[in-house]
Amino acid sequence: MTAPPSVRRLAETREILLCCGPGGVGKTTIAASVAVLAATTAPGRVLVLTIDPARRLADALGLKGIGNDVVQIDEETLRAAGVSPRGELWCAMLDMKRSWDDLILRHAPDAKTAERILSNPLYQNITGRFVQSHDYIAMERLHELHSTGEWDLIVVDTPPTRNALDFLDAPARMEEFFSSRLLRWLIAPARGGLLGIAARPFTQIADRILGTQFLEDITDFFLSLQSMYGGFVDRARAVSRLLSDERTSFLVVATPEAAPVREADFFLDELTRRGYEIGALVLNRALPASLALNETEVAAADLAATAPQVAGEVAASLGLDAAAAERVLAATGSAARDWAVVARREAAVRDRLATIAPLVVTIPNFDDEVSDLQGLLALSAHLGAVP
Amino acid sequence: MRWRAEAMPVSSILDRRLLFVTGKGGTGKTTIAAGLAWLLASMGKRVLACEVDAKGDLAATFEAHKVGFEPVQVPGGPSVMSMDTEASLREYLKLQLRIPIIGRIGPLAAAFDFVATAAPGVREILTVGKLCYEVRERTYDAIVVDAAATGHVIGHLTAPQAINDLVKVGLIRSQTDWMLDILNDAATTGVVVVTTPEEMPVLETIELLAEIDDKTQVDVAGIVVNRTLPELFGVRDEGVFAEIAAARPGALAETRFDGVFDAARHATARRRLAAVHVGVLRDAIPEGMPLGFQPYLFTRAEGLRATRQVAASLGAEFA
Repeated sequence: MTAPPSVRRLAETREILLCCGPGGVGKTTIAASVAVLAATTAPGRVLVLTIDPARRLADALGLKGIGNDVVQIDEETLRAAGVSPRGELWCAMLDMKRSWDDLILRHAPDAKTAERILSNPLYQNITGRFVQSHDYIAMERLHELHSTGEWDLIVVDTPPTRNALDFLDAPARMEEFFSSRLLRWLIAPARGGLLGIAARPFTQIADRILGTQFLEDITDFFLSLQSMYGGFVDRARAVSRLLSDERTSFLVVATPEAAPVREADFFLDELTRRGYEIGALVLNRALPASLALNETEVAAADLAATAPQVAGEVAASLGLDAAAAERVLAATGSAARDWAVVARREAAVRDRLATIAPLVVTIPNFDDEVSDLQGLLALSAHLGAVP
Repeated sequence: MRWRAEAMPVSSILDRRLLFVTGKGGTGKTTIAAGLAWLLASMGKRVLACEVDAKGDLAATFEAHKVGFEPVQVPGGPSVMSMDTEASLREYLKLQLRIPIIGRIGPLAAAFDFVATAAPGVREILTVGKLCYEVRERTYDAIVVDAAATGHVIGHLTAPQAINDLVKVGLIRSQTDWMLDILNDAATTGVVVVTTPEEMPVLETIELLAEIDDKTQVDVAGIVVNRTLPELFGVRDEGVFAEIAAARPGALAETRFDGVFDAARHATARRRLAAVHVGVLRDAIPEGMPLGFQPYLFTRAEGLRATRQVAASLGAEFA
């Protein structure tokens, strides 16, 4: 007998759950709730790693500025929020600059090389501004945390990337980057080898466009980084393996609106194409199911049509102003009809996605935005519901 | 340069020639960018709408087929293009440097890609450079950019300065000055930040405004609060609704009315919460900063019909 698929089961059987999806759909909150779910239902150690530079997990967990360190949410805090933990709940954020610095310091062959890299003007820029470096360092950090073996489950909130799945390609791209002929060309003249001649056409043009100093900075940077090449490639491969084997599953998060759903479709396609496991699709901020019911719309239409009579009876029985009651009932009926349109559209989206994803979990729209542990707990109850 | 923005009357959103429309993901920045472009075009201007992240969403708002680097004119609307940094590099080399390597763009583009991977700002400058170039050439009266989301737009706006800092000599360096002149002129260029009346989008908007002020000299032309819900009841009627919803006398007690009351409760709760977040936003933005509201669309909010609706309502807000 096989148990029906559920987020709980994923949390119990996988080592890494990656929450991915378009921006603005509540990915960070969902990731934190999955971790809360895991920590309340199983006795293990759970870590939620958020990679979002906006530092939203800190808000969601009521923490301020936890930096790059791994922090345990202590049991008292959890109990005070009504969470009865069976396991431990830890969280970590990704401080881009510090992660890069740590990486260089840890893996550079010697202190001098580390210093050379850290003081290169390009390095400062790469860690500060370079968008794709977020993706790479996120995967590095995941690898680092996972390889400590300290956690039974790591829930990852993926970075908001311009191209939805850039972060998955980051390790492979880094590998390609370090093995590329271009890199060898570029650094060859500095080594003074024969290859320097081959590099000439490029350097001539690049020199005209970019200037010599800049090229020297680039060359110096990569020459220093070259010494770390093997490590970069090894870890990049390890991360790629980890993500595509049975220890890892993906949760695609979206809201039931046109643009996020379009992106979710793209995610589902791409994950399938690349052979990653789709654990579930989480449809966040859905309208209450009652809004989509046929009888609700009929009732709303009745109310809109008979507002004057109903208002008379209601006003009499409650001692209200009849005109005010009529206004209110008419507005109530018309609001229900407006929202029914939206709710039915959402239901259609859900039904369609259920034919693609093995599991669709619907999370209702909370009146208040989820920004504390109680909120995460309430959310985790919806996530944990077994369909 | 900042004093100019303050000393001179604030240039309206609709008077600027280069608008970067940004916002947190999911707030509808593409829809607003499309609406602005359509509005400007309907005012008789020659307009270019440019999508930066090449997802094809902008073209879809005009019901145009996927467009590339070469602009495509939408009948009755703007020209639409999709940014492509390699194509931009090719154009740049052809126009600015007259480098005779057209046949060999492949290897050069790969090399450039490589340098761009190492040196941030290089790729971004090709995007910003192309946009500034179009402003300088005056092919269009206005350029509306469906720009990167809040987290990444700073990288574009600061690209010329970043290149200025990194590259001390060379042709690229000599190109950044005129770009900065265009970007930093508040009468020419402006950022439009799109948000929704929700907590995180408002928070990110406030953070972005601070970051733009801190790291760039670019002027913020205005803020659009998208998906604003209509008010369901006046203040007095809210109490009446609460009483009726609590008691539900007579026929209203039937279960078929459950969903009806759920909907109204949902609508009022959302509206009330939205008002709180709009209040936070109002308190945080500088006085006199244009703030426009776009209604929540209950109907299917896609395609040319929706873009026209958005254009009309943006016109009413910012004219």
